[in-house]
Amino acid sequence: MLVYLLRRIALAGLMLFGLVCLTFAIANLAPSDPAALAAGPDAGRSQIEQVRREYGLDRPLPEQFLRYVSDLVQGEFGRSVATGRSVGRDLARYFPATLELCLVAMAFGMVAGISLGMLSALFKDRWLDHVTRIFAVSGIALPPFWFGLLLQLGFAAWLGWLPTSGRIGVSTDPGDPITGLLLVDSLLRGNGPLFVQCLSYIALPALVLSLPCLASILRVNRSEMVEALRADYITAARAHGVSRWRLVTVHALKNAMLPTLAIIGLRWGWMMSSTVLVETVFDWPGIGLYAVSSAIAGDFKPVMGVTLIIGLNFMLVNLIVDLLYGVLDPRLRHA
Amino acid sequence: MAVSRGLRLAAWQLGRSFASMLGLALVAVIVVLALIGPWIVPYPDDVEGAVRLAGKLQPPSAAHWFGTDEVGNDVLTRTIIGARLSLLVGIGITLAAAAIGVPLGILAGTAGGRVREIIMRLTDLFLSVPGLVLAIALVAALGAGIVNAMIALVLVWWPGYVRLAESKALSIREEAYIEAARVAGAPRLRILWRHVLPNSISPIIVKMSMDIGQAILAVASLGFIGLGAKPPTPEWGAMISIARGYLPDWWWYAIFPGAFIYASVLGFNLLGDGLRDILDPRSNRG
Repeated sequence: MLVYLLRRIALAGLMLFGLVCLTFAIANLAPSDPAALAAGPDAGRSQIEQVRREYGLDRPLPEQFLRYVSDLVQGEFGRSVATGRSVGRDLARYFPATLELCLVAMAFGMVAGISLGMLSALFKDRWLDHVTRIFAVSGIALPPFWFGLLLQLGFAAWLGWLPTSGRIGVSTDPGDPITGLLLVDSLLRGNGPLFVQCLSYIALPALVLSLPCLASILRVNRSEMVEALRADYITAARAHGVSRWRLVTVHALKNAMLPTLAIIGLRWGWMMSSTVLVETVFDWPGIGLYAVSSAIAGDFKPVMGVTLIIGLNFMLVNLIVDLLYGVLDPRLRHA
Repeated sequence: MAVSRGLRLAAWQLGRSFASMLGLALVAVIVVLALIGPWIVPYPDDVEGAVRLAGKLQPPSAAHWFGTDEVGNDVLTRTIIGARLSLLVGIGITLAAAAIGVPLGILAGTAGGRVREIIMRLTDLFLSVPGLVLAIALVAALGAGIVNAMIALVLVWWPGYVRLAESKALSIREEAYIEAARVAGAPRLRILWRHVLPNSISPIIVKMSMDIGQAILAVASLGFIGLGAKPPTPEWGAMISIARGYLPDWWWYAIFPGAFIYASVLGFNLLGDGLRDILDPRSNRG
């Protein structure tokens, strides 16, 4: 087990280094001049040269790379050209909002996806199964930004049940952040009305974000459950008089969970990357919106910072999934 | 003889599934619209963005089925012409990604050794960041626009084909008929072209069918956040991006282009699903 663990962690470290190389390559292979970008559109030639020296962009590439890596290790992502603020500090400010959104969406996607997948497998080839399968295919095909606009139109503009966009009302003071997750903070302070308000703001964007994830969890869970329910140990358990409920929720689900877990790991990364669309639609102040507004302004460092953070998240979650796999499936530990 | 029988069987299997037929129908509608679009649209002048301020932001009516936009252009006309652009970039991105990824994958799977190691590590690296974010980073470096958006999407799309082709080639390499061809003295390229590629083509076709839909969605997504096609190009994502400012009162402007994105992505996904059941039944999951 220890060897498996160490090997997996070493591999993740290697991938992380590769990711750093990749972002460096994108920044330097692009035809645009990074010094001109950093100096801004109105800069003259002498200003550009000054910026070039200041940022060390006149140094040979290997030296620049070493500096880039050592900066990153210290949590220094560079400065935004548009605002002059430190990108690392900006990321720390915006990340909790994205994390909160993704956590809520993932929780909903898992609960709904696993239970619908289970029901679909139990009623295989009946109408419930057909409905959920059509729902699953549409969930992957729906453009998230368009679905978001439809929900805003329906629930915010026409019905008026939920707020259109934002994370919290303009006149509401959330107080000093404890965890940075507003839902958690309001609970910790025992502020019920604030919790309800945050919930009303997060409901629509989380629903949009969770849909593709829900759909693929549903599909995988259904096909695994169908397979598991056909297995000999299920027949044996049934012969021993195990109740139908226990058969499904304990014996079959446990065996269907491994592939489901893998898809959850994969979907976490995709979910984080879809935040660029969903946060744009809902004006959700997270790293997705930060990346989009920076990219449009030609502000390069924040975009790279967000790419690194999302890549890092993706790797960490896949590492955790792989380790859980090792715990849940003893065969893998010795492979 | 055997081929036509196989085709008839495949067509029959496809026709039996409602979902596959729905997919085929949706794809057919989009393809036909893309082909004959310029000759059937009611207001051809509106494609490049004519200005008729007198008739701006009108609700759907007999004259304008999908209403008009903020400069009085017919939304139906621009949506139909958008099908041509979306289909073209969707197919273009998928073909280019497969053209890069499949040969590399087959090479990695059959060559083994250091070549395989280098190709696969590079592939893993690109797959370690979710595609959309990497594409945005690339577009930010290259500059916004539809051509750069396509280049960026091809650059993040090819690794998927390497993975797929490599795993197929690895298993085919062990088959007896490859051994037989090698013993008979067939040159290496001939073995790759005549034996390995045709036998690994089914899952690649299935993936390409699904990916055309996903590529259409990706281009529209970049258009929506303002990094893809620029207005007045009639691109669905860019249209919705402007239309967003006219919600909720002028809802038709955003609804119809989005419905077309949804229909085309759904069509290619359903068709790909159906093709997989026929061509590649063993990998039917997820």
